[in-house]
Amino acid sequence: MATDTLVHENTEATDKSAWSGGKSPFKASYGKLMMWYFLLSDAFTFAGFLIAYGTLRFSMPTWPVPDFVFSSFPGGFHEKPLYFVTLMTFILLASSYTMVRAVQEGHQENKNGVVVWMFWTILGGIAFLSCQAWEWNTLLGKEHMTVTKNPFGTHTEKGIYLTADGKAEGETFDAGASYLLHKAGAGHGDAHAEGDAHAEGHGDGHSDHGAHYEGPGDYADAVVNEDGFILKKFKVLEGDDAGMIKTESLGPKAFGALFFFITGFHGFHVLSGVVFLIIIMVNSGTGLYTKRKNGYEMVEKIGLYWHFVDLVWVFVFLVFYLL
Amino acid sequence: MGHLTYEESKSKANKIIIILGIITIFEVVFALMGKGYIIEGLHFPIAITGIVMIVLSLVKAYLIVYEFMHMKYEAPALVKTVLLPTLLLIWAVIAFFWEGSFWKNRRGTAKMENSAQVKPVVPQGVETKLLTTRDFD
Repeated sequence: MATDTLVHENTEATDKSAWSGGKSPFKASYGKLMMWYFLLSDAFTFAGFLIAYGTLRFSMPTWPVPDFVFSSFPGGFHEKPLYFVTLMTFILLASSYTMVRAVQEGHQENKNGVVVWMFWTILGGIAFLSCQAWEWNTLLGKEHMTVTKNPFGTHTEKGIYLTADGKAEGETFDAGASYLLHKAGAGHGDAHAEGDAHAEGHGDGHSDHGAHYEGPGDYADAVVNEDGFILKKFKVLEGDDAGMIKTESLGPKAFGALFFFITGFHGFHVLSGVVFLIIIMVNSGTGLYTKRKNGYEMVEKIGLYWHFVDLVWVFVFLVFYLL
Repeated sequence: MGHLTYEESKSKANKIIIILGIITIFEVVFALMGKGYIIEGLHFPIAITGIVMIVLSLVKAYLIVYEFMHMKYEAPALVKTVLLPTLLLIWAVIAFFWEGSFWKNRRGTAKMENSAQVKPVVPQGVETKLLTTRDFD
């Protein structure tokens, strides 16, 4: 008799509150809930990286201008600011859409639909990774940006470049103008050999480079440092230092490290996402999830992850490319 | 899928992806326009472009989380446990960016102090030694 009463009371309590046990208060399975919390912790990791980027950027007097840095496009095109990263953003958005469709087909228990839409999602992920590989290759191989060296600098004063005979008769530039340091010698010549007329226009005021420098040293119009970067000399035209001859310097060092680590960490998420998408697509195809009869919940979980990768890209795109 | 039928959720996904695409194009055009790439000589202050970009990115984030990730259809308690902790980031952003600009100002001050010329007064007949940075190594 006493036991009956107890059971009865418990049932009443459950009706009053979702938290008295006996049912899931979040109306979500363990796996889905944990995916949400994993994504929450991952969001904090990415936020930590992006906040570090913002802090360092705020602490520097100058910072590379994104639409100058990211202005190459496959096929030898230059001075196409942000075109390529916009393309990458659209690829990732499209793959997010196909993922939504895969989850919807899963709810319909439509096996073929799930497999087809997941296949498109995987293609999108691979396309994004390929774009990133091209972008990294351009930055590392042709523009000589590495984790520790950043050739993208910014002028802080108005000035005029010196010509090869040491006279201040070169091109003029304004304060705030961006420049890309080139490397002396063959390395750079190769990079532009595949290009075309546009290639020469990349990097303001650097129409001639490389040819007449033989190794590191002090030349009439530039200093070539130990890494082979040509630091052009210029005469300051305005401000406190007007009339002084100065040389260009490398840009903020942290930029390269932040760029490669943050986009690299995001790219690693895309890569592992593609691996898991392939596994789950194969499992869907073999009918494993049909047997579970839970509306392809595994597809839903990898879908959450995949949308999160897209979500992170929204913010990487914002802080690295738009601002 | 929550309260929507298959057809409804399909057309909703189509709608959301188009909105996301339009926002992205607008962001890029606005960013380039603000820097004078599209109309010669037209620039927007960085504060305006910055705020517009950040707000639009948050709208995109909302659409992705609420519609694509179905946060809209989850239990309110689950939504709270996931979203409330992210509010801590507001504090983190303000605190760290504040610190960043403090470093910048500090660097400016240090540069000024270093360039200030002070002539040491050397008393006659007294052997003095000027300290250099090496003395502190």
